[in-house]
Amino acid sequence: MDESSLTPVPLAPELSLQLLRDMVRIRRFEEACADLYGQGKIRGFLHLYVGEEAVAAGVLHALAADDAIVATYREHGHALVRGMPAGVIMAEMFGKREGCCRGRGGSMHLFDAGTRFYGGNAIVGGGLPLAVGLALADKMQGRSRVSACFFGEGAAAEGAFHESLNLAALWRLPVLFCCENNRYAMGTALERAHAETDMAHKAAAYRIGAERVDGMDVVAVYEAATNAAAAVRAGSGPRFLELLTYRYRAHSMFDPDLYRDKAEIERWKQRGPIHNLSNRLKAQQQLTEEAFLALDAQALSEVAQAVTFAERGTLEPVADLLKDTYTEPVA
Amino acid sequence: MNAPARVSYREALREAHREALRCDARVFLMGEDVGRYGGSYAVSKGLLAEFGPERVRDTPLSELGFVGAAIGAALGGMRPIVEIMTVNFSLLALDQIVNTAATLRHMSGGQFSVPLVVRMATGAGRQLAAQHSHSLEVWYAHIPGIKVLAPATIEDAHGMLALALADPDPVVMFEHALLYNLEAARPSTWPRVDIARAAIRRPGTDISLVCYGGTLWKTLEAATALSAEGIEAEVIDLRVLRPLDDETLFDSVRRTHRALVVDEGWKTCSLAAEVMARLGEQAFYDLDAPLARVCSAEVPIPYAKQLEDAALPQPATIAAAVKRLLGRP
Ligand SMILES: Cc1ncc(C[n+]2csc(CCOP(=O)(O)OP(=O)(O)O)c2C)c(N)n1
Repeated sequence: MDESSLTPVPLAPELSLQLLRDMVRIRRFEEACADLYGQGKIRGFLHLYVGEEAVAAGVLHALAADDAIVATYREHGHALVRGMPAGVIMAEMFGKREGCCRGRGGSMHLFDAGTRFYGGNAIVGGGLPLAVGLALADKMQGRSRVSACFFGEGAAAEGAFHESLNLAALWRLPVLFCCENNRYAMGTALERAHAETDMAHKAAAYRIGAERVDGMDVVAVYEAATNAAAAVRAGSGPRFLELLTYRYRAHSMFDPDLYRDKAEIERWKQRGPIHNLSNRLKAQQQLTEEAFLALDAQALSEVAQAVTFAERGTLEPVADLLKDTYTEPVA
Repeated sequence: MNAPARVSYREALREAHREALRCDARVFLMGEDVGRYGGSYAVSKGLLAEFGPERVRDTPLSELGFVGAAIGAALGGMRPIVEIMTVNFSLLALDQIVNTAATLRHMSGGQFSVPLVVRMATGAGRQLAAQHSHSLEVWYAHIPGIKVLAPATIEDAHGMLALALADPDPVVMFEHALLYNLEAARPSTWPRVDIARAAIRRPGTDISLVCYGGTLWKTLEAATALSAEGIEAEVIDLRVLRPLDDETLFDSVRRTHRALVVDEGWKTCSLAAEVMARLGEQAFYDLDAPLARVCSAEVPIPYAKQLEDAALPQPATIAAAVKRLLGRP
């Protein structure tokens, strides 16, 4: 990184550190997941967020505790930053009863009513209408909350994307659309899937205030999301953020990752969100290498504890297989 | 170059695609990640290099759009094969398949037919949870105007595609995701298959076990175990889920006098229910015991292994149900 890119971080030091800490927590958590997948502890589909940490960290810190979050199958990081305990997330991925969904959902389906975390949706584009509906409920009941919806640029080709944007704009609903443009939908590069590759432009066509943001810069993400969330909360209708980012790892653990150039991955790694922020904080004397190492060690230990918690978890008895298919009648 | 001695279900499908693409310039394959990525289940791996991006066409994530476009292309004289990653995602295209592809011929008084093949993976068993694991074959089998195939063997995987392409009407083909890695010795020549008849995969005298797709292999395993206990089960692979081949079923039951259906779909309104209804309507007097079935538990398929296993038909549960029906301990 050259000196000129070390732009000052205009945030309160405690907030900057919190953003850094959360990105490192996500990174360490995801790396552990990859290992555990190799060991067969985590099964099914596993989609990692490595490289994209600034998006979840920046947006979620800009939201309030009573706002709603709708995410995709690539949502461990969002769940962590939102405040779900790492152990509960890990236990879910181990298929344990102590997991947030008692082993029903796994990696792609994390849910938490307490933090208004509405999943974990593995149907591409499936979350957008849900966020529109959550926002509709708030509007109809006179609440000024934001419903934030995360989805990839791949999802922007689905009908659900276009229908949701139109509805949200037409009815001036409090939705914050967060398009995580990591340039690939599985093996399909952005330019090979979209005639208009500017997602913010698509949103603007629905008369939604939209902005393209450097998704590798957590400060830029945080500031854009703070402004957008304030506008949404104030009742001016939906906002759209296109967060330009990149996934360092394969789409899922099944993906041999043969459709992109290794040099391209390396180029993006140069712009890594964690060292982007840590270098800037160091340059302005808000972070020392020792403090960074301590923060990293803390994240590692949190993840280690989460793994222990998951290991010690129990299996949901098979007798409870049908539980929660319907609401149980209250006695 | 000698062809390798073994062949997988996936490779058999790939060869069928290659032959179809070579033989008929109207044929093209389209779907999400079928080209550059090589197919989400690697069926089309290598076909892009051989046939180019026009004929092995990657689509954006837009199931409704590209299935609808395939219907249009079929109307326009092409012979499209559409791959949808899994049956769960095909629900995004259900409108085009049910409201357009299946209706056009009839609705237009026979003026327009839709020679379209839609292929998709189906089924559970890989801990992919409730949005990637369902067996919704019966949703399609319910619809007049389309045909529904479920190749359960390597020969059928190879042979059914060409027949589906030759069909003037829309054909939906279900590939159980656990079958792609199935392997066997490569036949010296591919056998001819037909898409009119169910197949007896194992002859037997004591009971007819009716199954399809991914449950075939579990049912055969159960039949082998039962054989060791002196019960000879006949195993019928439906192969074609619409129209159902009643004759093969009735013939079998006339000999065995008992039937049990194995279906990875949920019991309620299942294909199993349809098969049982037909046997009840038309083979009632051949039966010596009530009809029975083993289906998936009525729950969205869960992630945790012990729960997923418990939700699905298994060789042991099939064998136990057979013994119950025969009054064996
Ligand atoms: C409706 C639907 N179609 C296809 C898939 C298979 N699939 C899962 S993720 C994915 C790529 C999505 O890309 P994008 O929306 O950009 O998000 P990213 O994975 O890059 O975060 C695909 C094709 C799916 N889950 N749902």
